[in-house]
Amino acid sequence: MTPRVRVPETGYNFAYLDEATKRMIRRALLKAVAIPGYQVPFAAREMPMPYGWGTGGVQVTAAILGRNDVLKVIDQGSDDTTNAVSIRAFFARTAGVAVTTRTRDATVIQTRHRIPEAPLAEGQVLVYQVPIPEPLRFLEPRETETRQLHALAEYGPMHVKLYEDIARHGHIATTYAYPVEVAGRYVMDPSPTPKFDNPKMDDCPALQLFGAGREKRIYAVPPYTRVRSLDFEDHPFRVQHFDRPCALCGAGDVYLDEVLTDDAGGRMFVCSDTDHCEARREAGHRGEGA
Amino acid sequence: MTALLALESVHKAFTLHLRGGLRLPVVEDANVSVHPGECVVLGGPSGAGKSSLLKIAFGNYRCDHGRVLVRDGDATVDIATASPRRIIALRRTVIASVTQFLRVIPRVGAREVVAAAGREAGLPAGEAATRAADLLARLNLPERLWDLPPATFSGGEQQRVNIARGLVGDHPLLLLDEPTASLDAGNRAVVIDLIRARQAAGAGVLGIFHDADVRDAVATRIVDVTRFHPRQAA
Amino acid sequence: MTTDDDAPLLRVEGLGKHYGRRLGCAGVSFDLHPGEVLAVVGESGSGKSTLLSLIAGEVPADAGRVRFRLRDGRLADLTELSEADRRALMRTDWGFVRQDATRGLRMGVSAGGNIGERLMGVGWRHYGEIRSSALDWLRKVEIGADRIDDHPGSFSGGMRQRLQIARNLVTGPRLLLMDEPTSGLDVSVQARLLDLIRGLVAELGLAVVIVTHDLAVARLLSHRVMVMRAGRVIETGLTDRVLDDPAEPYTQLLVASVLAA
Repeated sequence: MTPRVRVPETGYNFAYLDEATKRMIRRALLKAVAIPGYQVPFAAREMPMPYGWGTGGVQVTAAILGRNDVLKVIDQGSDDTTNAVSIRAFFARTAGVAVTTRTRDATVIQTRHRIPEAPLAEGQVLVYQVPIPEPLRFLEPRETETRQLHALAEYGPMHVKLYEDIARHGHIATTYAYPVEVAGRYVMDPSPTPKFDNPKMDDCPALQLFGAGREKRIYAVPPYTRVRSLDFEDHPFRVQHFDRPCALCGAGDVYLDEVLTDDAGGRMFVCSDTDHCEARREAGHRGEGA
Repeated sequence: MTALLALESVHKAFTLHLRGGLRLPVVEDANVSVHPGECVVLGGPSGAGKSSLLKIAFGNYRCDHGRVLVRDGDATVDIATASPRRIIALRRTVIASVTQFLRVIPRVGAREVVAAAGREAGLPAGEAATRAADLLARLNLPERLWDLPPATFSGGEQQRVNIARGLVGDHPLLLLDEPTASLDAGNRAVVIDLIRARQAAGAGVLGIFHDADVRDAVATRIVDVTRFHPRQAA
Repeated sequence: MTTDDDAPLLRVEGLGKHYGRRLGCAGVSFDLHPGEVLAVVGESGSGKSTLLSLIAGEVPADAGRVRFRLRDGRLADLTELSEADRRALMRTDWGFVRQDATRGLRMGVSAGGNIGERLMGVGWRHYGEIRSSALDWLRKVEIGADRIDDHPGSFSGGMRQRLQIARNLVTGPRLLLMDEPTSGLDVSVQARLLDLIRGLVAELGLAVVIVTHDLAVARLLSHRVMVMRAGRVIETGLTDRVLDDPAEPYTQLLVASVLAA
């Protein structure tokens, strides 16, 4: 657990970015919230970390963070991977905010890949790091054309991707970045969240913000917004099912990661959300491998 | 009235721009009419403009001066000035043409070529198919050929498909350009019967028949086109 | 004939376009009725492809207008439709078969997906129905059902054009624009494609504007022909009349230049 640093590092602006940049990002965020699912361009800055490490999410977090916020950062559901630890440390040092691994204690949660298993609440903000914001890029590489398709809600091509999946695999094989329709209007890529988490986006009490640093786009899903995963009548949207519970905490309704336990091919399936798993174990739940 | 077809003071000349604008008059002041039940045969030596007159009547060649009146029910249409769309409509139900050459569509079988022409002329599909088979049988086209594309047929076989296609509908006006040219005596007799039957039903025929026996059998009147031949080539 | 039959489906009036000082085409007007096939012939650079782009609204015209009879009977000026309505019209009631199939197809999508796209675009959301419609159209354009999941990259030129036709016709459009659909294909492949187009056009009662430099194509498919040269229409009329009795010097030259049209 990272220690709380009450005094931010000197020589930097609060949360690293200068105030003008944060205001610019906030304007983009306001627009994004006003038009749910719509990709708002913003002037993304160079951040002191490589693209692919969450530069978009970090800028969004920097723009919304206040001194009293409590920050949680997860990567693949885990609070203790290099990426999560680094980003958490970054804000602890540059903003001096409190950090936590507890979902329910956090006011701002920056994530790559997962939505926490514990239900989110009003007042919380979930910030997603997005590598590729454009759901239509698969079919249409021209940005001018994809914008036109969004503007006119021409989403037939989006279903072509799902059609291709079924034609090739017999079912919709897309498991990550599964496209959703937001508030009955814009189609959005929740990339790269597993589709297991798509239902959590629907009617969620928390504010969901998405930042793509390399592509300089921000989009948002306001609280309690309808988020519908695209599908076919005869191939309805379904989340992944795991044929066993978490080996550590015994949870059966969560997203599992496969973990290698030794060099002899030993492995087990455990909660991808480490905080959720720990909380359950603290409450006395036990899995077969615990 | 009223003639099914009336060529009134028709003039036609070709201007050959590729040969310095050379002007070749073909017919001058041609007047020909065809009434129901008539078979008007165009006579005269080759080069006299017989085929050109048929083509003018069909709308295939333009008419420089004069009128080409065709009766369509209660209406009369001047082919010389009618819109392409009107002419196409006339060809669908009023004017049928049989030339010596079958313009074949690459992959369509003979029976279907004829039946399609029947449907085009407004026959129900079943009726068109029945008539197509009936005509091909009467014209002695071997049944094994019916579903083969006519492109592979001999000249005589193609010609019979062509005749069947021209006669399958109920067009009141038939334009026939040497329809029996490559047929044997037996098939010529069949064609004579078919033409006569249409005449009896009130159709009018304007035709060119090289064979004297066919001409004598069907002609109600012969018009010598040499009198429409331009006096002096310019 | 009733007045309804006389109502044109497409009305092009005084259409023109300059590219800078170079003339694309000028003063082009014609009506097209349901079931009519109009061939636009001329050599490269005659303006015939520009004309097609103008009609489709892909290139803005400098002059003139294009009107189309919507399904409610209204003759609508295409430039006055909203972009959304215009595009919706293009992907439902119009088809555009391009010379270069790679522009008319999605090369990264299977044959079935290419055909199904328009259906999904108009709201079809039943995979099984989309699939069976795609199979039906593959059969109509004579592509084996076993190729439904193959990408067009593995198709021959003739197959790609047939796939393009299926992709365009699946929503039952009333107007089909075709830009040199048979050029670049082997002669035997051309014949097959032409025959297929001819059959579908007749069966579906489509109105077609087909641009071609090949007079034999015009002869086989079209009712009317429009001869263009240097951006202008120089002769127009019944196809067999224009080809058998051409009036204009240039048309005579065109007709005389082919072996047998």
